[in-house]
Amino acid sequence: MNIIDQGIGPLFMDPDPDKARAFFRTKKRKMKNKVMELKDAIKEFVHDGDYLGMGGFGANRTPVAACHEIVRQGRKKMGFAGHTATHDMEILSAGEVYDRLDVAYVVGLEARGLSPCSRKYVESGKVEVTEWTNYSLTARLKAAAMGVPFVPIRNIMGTDTFKYSASKIIECPYTGKKLAAMPALYPDVSVIHVHEADIYGNSRFKGIAVSDLDLANASKRLIITTEKLITHDEIARDPSSTRIPFHLVDAVCEVPFGAYPGTMPYEYFSDEDHLKEWMSVEKDSEKFKEFLDKNLYTCADHEEYIARNGGSAKMRELRVKEMLIYKEK
Amino acid sequence: MTQYNTMELMISVASRELDNESSVGVGTGAPCAAAMLAQKLSAPDLLIMFEAGGISPQLPEMPISVGDSRTFYKAAMAGSMADTMEACSRGFVDYTFLGGAQIDKYGNLNSTVIGDHKKPKVRFPGSGGANDFASFCWKMMVITPQNSKRFVEKLDFLTTPGWLDGGNSRAESGLPVGAGPYKIITDMAIMDFEPDSKRMRVISIHPGKTFEDVQENCGFELLKAPVIENTIPPSDEELRLLREEIDPTGVIIGR
Repeated sequence: MNIIDQGIGPLFMDPDPDKARAFFRTKKRKMKNKVMELKDAIKEFVHDGDYLGMGGFGANRTPVAACHEIVRQGRKKMGFAGHTATHDMEILSAGEVYDRLDVAYVVGLEARGLSPCSRKYVESGKVEVTEWTNYSLTARLKAAAMGVPFVPIRNIMGTDTFKYSASKIIECPYTGKKLAAMPALYPDVSVIHVHEADIYGNSRFKGIAVSDLDLANASKRLIITTEKLITHDEIARDPSSTRIPFHLVDAVCEVPFGAYPGTMPYEYFSDEDHLKEWMSVEKDSEKFKEFLDKNLYTCADHEEYIARNGGSAKMRELRVKEMLIYKEK
Repeated sequence: MTQYNTMELMISVASRELDNESSVGVGTGAPCAAAMLAQKLSAPDLLIMFEAGGISPQLPEMPISVGDSRTFYKAAMAGSMADTMEACSRGFVDYTFLGGAQIDKYGNLNSTVIGDHKKPKVRFPGSGGANDFASFCWKMMVITPQNSKRFVEKLDFLTTPGWLDGGNSRAESGLPVGAGPYKIITDMAIMDFEPDSKRMRVISIHPGKTFEDVQENCGFELLKAPVIENTIPPSDEELRLLREEIDPTGVIIGR
């Protein structure tokens, strides 16, 4: 095929669908109990050097507890899909967990501003960066989910975003138009936070899917963190509500409030004061170290982190906010 | 007439650009406020789409994130990023509002880096959905304060396509034909793009400003439209809706 132009960014993951098929051929098909503690799941399935994907959108239905555990266990030299990454990236940057970064959206927390810690780390030159866009990274996951080496899209061309990407511009065999070929992205491991899962990994979530269905299909290993475990009978009673089926899943970890301090739709809103505190203490490296010791390194688990930041009273307050109950007269 | 600030002016002006029964891809901040104002005033049947998958919500308050629960509150659908972006790619989305750290005379935007890409002076978030929206939505608009640091002759990094190098360069790049930058709404003026050269030109100046003010706060030479209008200031109703219903805590409009 005629390649019209190509980006100069490094391509971190092999898009070869036959290698992916060879891997998925070995993945267990049996519907077995996969419930384990989060720290054990991170230990078993998230390795130094792996390429990591995170579900949700920034600080919305994001597996924050898993991010903390990855940092606590000191993972290094990972690749990371910075796909709408905000608070998740802020945590992973604090631990300098990754050194390869596919960028769609990074270092910022949307309307809240930029994370000094994430910025400093990416500006340090220690991180290899390849540029993408939200849609092009979604397309890369979709290509992987489809089991094809790329999918074509009609944007990114003409820009420096393309120049610093690892994509190629090709000619459409049907129309002769230029297309940007997005290479399939098969993360080694991803974590997705959901509302409900059974012990086998059949999972449900409410609200927007973002790119999680493609991410689940594309990932070689998948850890599900869930607000609560439900019975398999409940899944079987209503299979049309299942968003992620068991055979994609390697571990199921029950982590109530696992997206805190982010939002979990219909459960709790983001803790804006705490997110502000994160961003503010990052400016002072001594204070940030103390903050991380208190909120991450010396916490046994997510429950302890939440207990140190207001506990169940705080979670009730965030539920009232999420459900807009405070607006009812 | 009620006093207003430049943010209220920009949001009001932006909201008037949205036709009823059209569709708009929005982010948080001023773009969202403009869409909410249009929905309440001039375009009740505006179809609002968020990049994370919220489709046609009835926004109860200003979202903090383009993926938070407000973006699919009482929505038609809580979809996916692909649902929104593929709709854009299919030509289903009429408008979008964007911003950036830098903009040039062809409406290209930088939201990636200042300085060298490998070891940047400042790292910004990158494209996010901006490159996608700007490539696919028929009419891309920018809402931004104006100064010569932001309006530059040459971008440090071209994140998001405007008219690229002007003329026919955008069509030649392979981007879908017919879509592109439409209007730039600043705190001083409204600009569009001269049809042949695709260079930015002033079409309306806000109350109390002159063309010289606008040019002085711009790092490249601006063209002048044959007729330059005077921008209509925010109406009492626009201001009331912004202050009482859309942004009562003043997160965006700063009151």
